[in-house]
Amino acid sequence: MALPRSMIFLLLFLLLLFVLCFASESIGYEPQEEEEFSEELLLKPLPDRKVLAHFHFQTRVPPTETYGPHHRLFPKAIYQLVQKFQIREMELSFTQGRWNYERWGGYDPISSNNAKPPGVELWAVFDVPQDQVDASWKNLSHTLSGMFCASINFLESSTAYSAPDWGVRQFSSNMRYGTLPREAVCTENLTPWLKLLPCRDKAGLSMLMDRPSIYRGFYHSQRLRLTSTKFDSTGLNKGIELEQTLTIVLQPSTPGNSMAYSSGSILQPSWSLSSLFGRKVGGKCVLAKSSNVYLQLEGSVISELNNLQKENESYDTDNLAFEGSSSVRGFELSVSPDRVIKELSSLGKEHPSILYEFLMENYTDSKPFDFGLTWKLPVVWSCPQAPLHASRFLMGSGNERGAIAISLKPTKQNEGFQTADINEDMCSLQVDVFQVVPWYVKVYYHTLQVFVDGQAQSVADVIKKMRVSPSEDKVSPGVMEMVLKLPCGVKSAALTLEFDKGFLHIDEYPPDANQGFDIPSAVVSFPEFQASANFLEDASSNKSPLLCKLQEKSPVLSYTEVLLVPLTTPDFSMPYNVITITCTVFALYFGSMLNVLRRRAAEEERLLKRKAAKKNGRFPLLLSKLYAKLRGRQWEPPQSSSSSSQSSSSSSSSSLVSSKLLIKVVLVAGVAAGWQYYFG
Amino acid sequence: MVESEPLKPKPRPIVRIGIFLISHSLLVSVVCCTAGVLALLLLPVLAKNTYISENALVPGSSHPMLTSQDVSEANKFVREINNLKPTGTSIGISGLIAQHMVDLGAEVCYHKFHPQLNKFHPLQFFSGPDSGIIQENCSCSSYGINTVGIIRAPRGDGKEAIVLVTPYNSVNVSPGEALSLGIASSVFSLLTRVTWLAKDIIWLAADSQHGEYASVAAWLRDYHTPLFGGLAKLNAEMCHESIMLYELKKSLVTGAEVSDVFRRAGTMAAALVIKVANGNEEVEKDTLSIYAEASNGQMPNLDLINVVNYLAVHGQGLRVKVEKFSSLLDSKWLRVLGETFESLGKVARSLNPQWKFGMPVADYIEGTATLASSLYHQALGVPTGPHGAFRDYQVDAITLEIAPIVSSNKGRQNEFLLRGGRLVEGVLRSVNNLLEKFHQSFFLYLLTSPSKFVSVGVYMIAFALLVAPLPLAAASLYSDANKVDSSSEKDTFTSSSASVNIPAITFKSWNWLHAAKAVFIVHIWSVIITLLPYFIGQIPNCTPTNSLLIWVLLSVFCLLALRMTLGSSFSIISVSQLQKKEWALLKSVTISAAFVSLCLMSVINFATAEIGALLIVPMCLMATPLRFELKARSLRSITRAACNLVLAFIGFPPNAYVISKGLFEGFGSVNVGDFWNWLDSLRAWNSATYLYVCMVHIPCWVLCVYILLHHC
Repeated sequence: MALPRSMIFLLLFLLLLFVLCFASESIGYEPQEEEEFSEELLLKPLPDRKVLAHFHFQTRVPPTETYGPHHRLFPKAIYQLVQKFQIREMELSFTQGRWNYERWGGYDPISSNNAKPPGVELWAVFDVPQDQVDASWKNLSHTLSGMFCASINFLESSTAYSAPDWGVRQFSSNMRYGTLPREAVCTENLTPWLKLLPCRDKAGLSMLMDRPSIYRGFYHSQRLRLTSTKFDSTGLNKGIELEQTLTIVLQPSTPGNSMAYSSGSILQPSWSLSSLFGRKVGGKCVLAKSSNVYLQLEGSVISELNNLQKENESYDTDNLAFEGSSSVRGFELSVSPDRVIKELSSLGKEHPSILYEFLMENYTDSKPFDFGLTWKLPVVWSCPQAPLHASRFLMGSGNERGAIAISLKPTKQNEGFQTADINEDMCSLQVDVFQVVPWYVKVYYHTLQVFVDGQAQSVADVIKKMRVSPSEDKVSPGVMEMVLKLPCGVKSAALTLEFDKGFLHIDEYPPDANQGFDIPSAVVSFPEFQASANFLEDASSNKSPLLCKLQEKSPVLSYTEVLLVPLTTPDFSMPYNVITITCTVFALYFGSMLNVLRRRAAEEERLLKRKAAKKNGRFPLLLSKLYAKLRGRQWEPPQSSSSSSQSSSSSSSSSLVSSKLLIKVVLVAGVAAGWQYYFG
Repeated sequence: MVESEPLKPKPRPIVRIGIFLISHSLLVSVVCCTAGVLALLLLPVLAKNTYISENALVPGSSHPMLTSQDVSEANKFVREINNLKPTGTSIGISGLIAQHMVDLGAEVCYHKFHPQLNKFHPLQFFSGPDSGIIQENCSCSSYGINTVGIIRAPRGDGKEAIVLVTPYNSVNVSPGEALSLGIASSVFSLLTRVTWLAKDIIWLAADSQHGEYASVAAWLRDYHTPLFGGLAKLNAEMCHESIMLYELKKSLVTGAEVSDVFRRAGTMAAALVIKVANGNEEVEKDTLSIYAEASNGQMPNLDLINVVNYLAVHGQGLRVKVEKFSSLLDSKWLRVLGETFESLGKVARSLNPQWKFGMPVADYIEGTATLASSLYHQALGVPTGPHGAFRDYQVDAITLEIAPIVSSNKGRQNEFLLRGGRLVEGVLRSVNNLLEKFHQSFFLYLLTSPSKFVSVGVYMIAFALLVAPLPLAAASLYSDANKVDSSSEKDTFTSSSASVNIPAITFKSWNWLHAAKAVFIVHIWSVIITLLPYFIGQIPNCTPTNSLLIWVLLSVFCLLALRMTLGSSFSIISVSQLQKKEWALLKSVTISAAFVSLCLMSVINFATAEIGALLIVPMCLMATPLRFELKARSLRSITRAACNLVLAFIGFPPNAYVISKGLFEGFGSVNVGDFWNWLDSLRAWNSATYLYVCMVHIPCWVLCVYILLHHC
C-alpha cells in the first residue's frame, strides 16, 4: 500500500521539476517578458528645514496569456485580486498628517501624485459590466480590509462611496471612489504593504524603514497603485503593474545652536540617511532590477545658491576651492553621485532642477551606503506651487444650518504666469472641483454662489459644466463635480453652498459622536497644468521607473482640508431618562384611557349615592378591617342600612381605632429612631 | 339633613389635593416663599465639590515640558515689547509679534477689522450675530490689526483647533499685557516643537485699542461668517493701502511669510484668554482669577474650569479665585445665618456622623459672596471678558487673569512666566487630549468657589419653591371672586330658580376677561417702552439722568394715552356693583401673567428669573388695595399696607438698582443716572435681562401699583 503512494509522490516531484525547468526555459527564451522589480528612493530638501523621502517600488508582471499564472516576484495576493475583481486600475492610500501645499509645493509630480487626504482613500476602475461594479467594489473593499488590517470595509456601504464621472479623472466610467478621513494609520498597515515586496524590509532600500523614525515624521503616506492592461479593450496588453510608494516628510534633528549668519538667516540643517532613519542601506535587494537613490534639488535652490555664490565671490574671491561635481557649491555631498541628471528648462522656470543619482549596486553590508548632505551657505527658497491655492472651511454656527465654502487664492508662483498672459482677452483658467458630502449634511445645491474678486457672479458665467447627484437619506452621499472657468488674473474666488444638518437615528451615531462628523476632502485639479518633469535623458536604455513616473503627464491635483461638522447628538449617557419618561407617558396614557373606557356614568352615580348614604369612607373601612385582623376577630362588614346613628357609631369607632393605631405607629417610630441614634 | 343636600360626586384625590391647596393658598404661599428664600441661602451648603467628568482630559498626567530656555526667550520678547517706543500707531507692535511668530515657525497672518459698535436692533434681538451690518462712515484710523499665528499639528488632520487669545492695547502696551504676550509666546515656542499635538493651535494677539471684546468678536465673525463680496471689504482694502506701513516680512529661517490672507484652522474646541493683571493690588501669592460668564448667563463647560483649577492649584501652586461680592464678606446677618447653619450641622452630625451637613461660618460667607456674584453676573447677561464672544459660536472659553506678586526682581519675572506658561501648556495638553468636544460635564451651574458648584438640579428647587405659590394664589383669588359673586347673587335672587341663575353666573364668570384686557394693555405698553430707549439714545448730548427722566415721562404719557384709547372699559366695570371684587380678578390675572413670564425667563436666563422672582413674587402676592386696608383699621391690615408700600417702592427698578448698589458699594456714590447707564449697557450687549426688566418686571410693578391704588 505504501509503494503506490510514494510512487505518486515521486511522479508529482518529477512533474514539478519538469514544470520548473520548462518555466525557466521559457523565461530564458523571452528575455523581455520578464517579471521586474525595482526599488528607488528620492530625497529632497524642503524649504522649511524638512526633508522629503519618497520610496518607490515597482513590480511588473507580463500578461498571463504569454507568461502563465505562476510568479516569482509578483505578490500572489494582488494577482488574485486583479483576477477576481477584474480591476483595471486601483489606488489605495493611507495617510497621516497633511501635505503642506504652501511650503512643500503643489506643482511638481511628487506632490500632485502623492499628496493624499488624511486617512484612507481608495478608488478603483473595474472592467466589468455596469451593473456588477457595485458588487465588485463591495467585495474589493472587504478583501482590502482584510489584507491591510484597516477598516476599509466601511466603504462598502453605499453612503460611503460615490461614482464620479469626470471629477477625479477624465473619462472614468465604472469608477468608484471612497474615503475614510478618520482612519488611523499605523505600522499594522505598513507591515502587509511591505509583505508585497520581494525583499520585505530585510534587504535593499526598504531596510531604511525604521518604524519609529518614519512614523515620527510630519507627513506619512503609503500608497499602492495597481494598473492592469489585461482587460484592456485596445488589445495592448502589458500585464499588471504594481506601484508602491511611501512618502514621508521628516525633520532632521538639528544641533543645539545653529550658526546664525550676519543677515539673520540660519543654515538649513544638514542630514544623512543614518540621521534621518537611524539606519543605512546595506546594498540592493538582490531581486531588484534597479536600485537607486536620488537627491533632487529644486531649480530655485540652485538659482538661490548661484546668487549667493556670486555675492560671496564679489568680496571674497580667494575662496575658489571647488567641491562637488556640479557648478554649485553651496552644499556638500558625502558621497559623490554616479550620475547627474538635469531637468529640461521649462518655460516659467529660471533654473532647472538637478537630480543626483546613486547606484546601490556598488554597496554591500560591509560597505553600507550612508549618504549625507551638508549645507555650506544659508539658503531660503520656495517650492513651485499650484496655480491656485484651495482651502475649504465651514461657515455659520449653531446646530441647525451652515455653509461650506471653497476659496481659491492665487499663489505667488502663479502671479508671474498670469501677468504674462494677461494681454490675451480670453485667457481663462480651468479648475475642476469634485466634492462628496455625506447624506447627514444636507447640501442645497441651488444655493451655490460664486464670488470672483469679491463680486458675486452668476453661476452660468463661471461654471462651464456641472454634475450634481443630491444625497439620498441613508442611501447615498451627495456628489458634486464641476468645471470652473476663471479669468487668469483672478485675485480670489469662492464657492459657497448652504446646508442643513440632519438628524441621525440613535444607532447610526458612530462612537465618539460628540466629536462631530467629517466631510471628506474635496479634490481640486487644474487640467490645463501638467505636473511633469522633463529630464535630459542620456542614451542609457534602462530607464528608471521612478523617473518615468516623474515624466508622466498628469494634471496638477490638490486636496482640501477635511471638515468637521458638529451635529446635534442625543445624550447617550442617559438612556434611563428616556426609558423612564416613555414609561411614564405610557402609564399615564393607558391609565387614563382604561379609566375612561371602564367608567359607566349611571353605575357610578348610583354607587356614589350609596356611598354618600353610608357616609363611610374607604379608609375607615380599611382601618377597621386591619384592626379586626390585629385583634384576631372575624371582621364584620358594617351594615348597609342608611340609619345615621349606626354610621356615626361606626365612624366614631373607626376614629378610635385610628388614634390607637397612630399611637402605636409613633411608638414604633420612636423605638426605631432611638435604635438608629444609639446603635446606628 | 343628608337627604336635603344635593348629592355631589366626590372628586378624585388629586383634584381634592388641588382644592385643598387652593383653599389654603395663603399658608402655602407663606411657606413656599420662605422655603424658597431659605433654599437659596442654603445653596452654598448644598454645593458639591467639582470633579473632572471627562476621562479623556487627564489633567496633569504628564510632566510640563516648558523649559527655562523657552521662558528666557519669552522674556527677551517681553523686553523687546516694553522697549518699543509708544509711537501712537499700532503697526510697530503687531509687526513685532508677527515677526516673532514667524520665527517660531508658525503660519502668520494679519487680520484687519473695523470694530463693530454694539447696537441694539429691536427686530434682530434673538437672531445670531449678523455679518451684514457694518457702518459705512468709518475712518481708516479706527481699524485694528489682530495678529494671528497658527501652528499646524504635525500629525493631526487639522479638523479641530484650540485658540489662545492675548488682548493687548496696541497704542500703549501695559506691562501686564506684555507679560501675557510673553506667556503665550513661551507656550507657542514649545508647541512648535512638540510631537503630541493633535489639534491646531491658534494664537490670536488681539488688538484691544477698541476694546478687548470687539477685536475678538470681529475675528470670530470673520472666521465663521466671512463676507465674500460687498462694500465692507472694499472699504477695508482702501484703508489698507493707506496704512501699508508694515512690510509683509519673509522669515529668513523657514521662508514662511506673513500674509494678509485670512487663515483658518478647523472647528474650535476651546479657547483660553490669557491676561496678566497690572499688579496694582498687593497679593502674597500668584493669583489666578477665572472669568467664565458669557452673554445671557451662558457658561462654558464646567470641565474646562475644573481643569484650569486643578492644574493651577495642584500643578503650579497658584491661588485660584472667582469673582465675589467682597461687601458681603463682613455682613452681620450672613454671619448669623452661617452660625445657625453650622450649629445645625453640628447637631445633625451628632445624631448621625454620616450626615455631612453644614460648613464653617467663614466658608459659608465666602461661598455666599461668590454665589451672589455668580448669580448677578449670569443674570446681567453681559459677558465678563473677551471669552464671551466665543460662546456665541458654541465654543467653550474662559478668561484667565493672573496677578503676579509685585516685585522688581528679574528672576521673579522668569519664574512667573514659567508658571503661567506651564499652566497654559497643561490646559492645552488636556484639551488636546479630548477626542470629542466638551459635553460630559455641566453647562448650567453656579460657582460657590473655584472648586465647588451648585448644579441646575439643586438651584432649580429655590426657584420652583418661589414660583409655586403664584398659580395657587391666582386660582384661589379667581375662585374666591366667583364664589362671592354667586353667593351675593344667591342673596339677591333667593327665590329665583336655577334656570334663571345659570346664565347670570356664566355672564359673571366672564368678568376676568376685562381684567385680562387690562393686563394685556399694560403688556403692550411695556413693549412700547422697551423700544423707547433706542430712540432716546439717538438724542445727542443727553445726560443719563435726563434720559431716564425722558424715558419715565414718555412711558407715563404712553400709559395714559393707551388707557384713554383702549382702556375705557376699565371704568365701565368699576361702576357696576361687582367692582369690589374687580381688583381680585385683576390680581389673579397679573399673577398668572407673572408666573408664565417668570417660567419663560427661567429657560432663557435662569439667574435673571431667580433674582426677578425674589422681587416680583412677594410684591404680587401681597398686593391689596390700600383703601381697602385702611378701611379695616386693624393693626394687621395697617402692617400689610405698610409692607405693600415698601415692596412697591423696592420693586420699582431704579429704586431696586439704587438700593442694591448702595448696599454693596455704599450710598455715597449712588446716582440715579447710573440706572440708565446700566440699562443702556444691557441693551447694548443684547442681554435678555433688558427684555425681562422692561417687558415683565415693569408691567408687573405697574399692575401691582394699580391694584394698590384701586378704589373699592
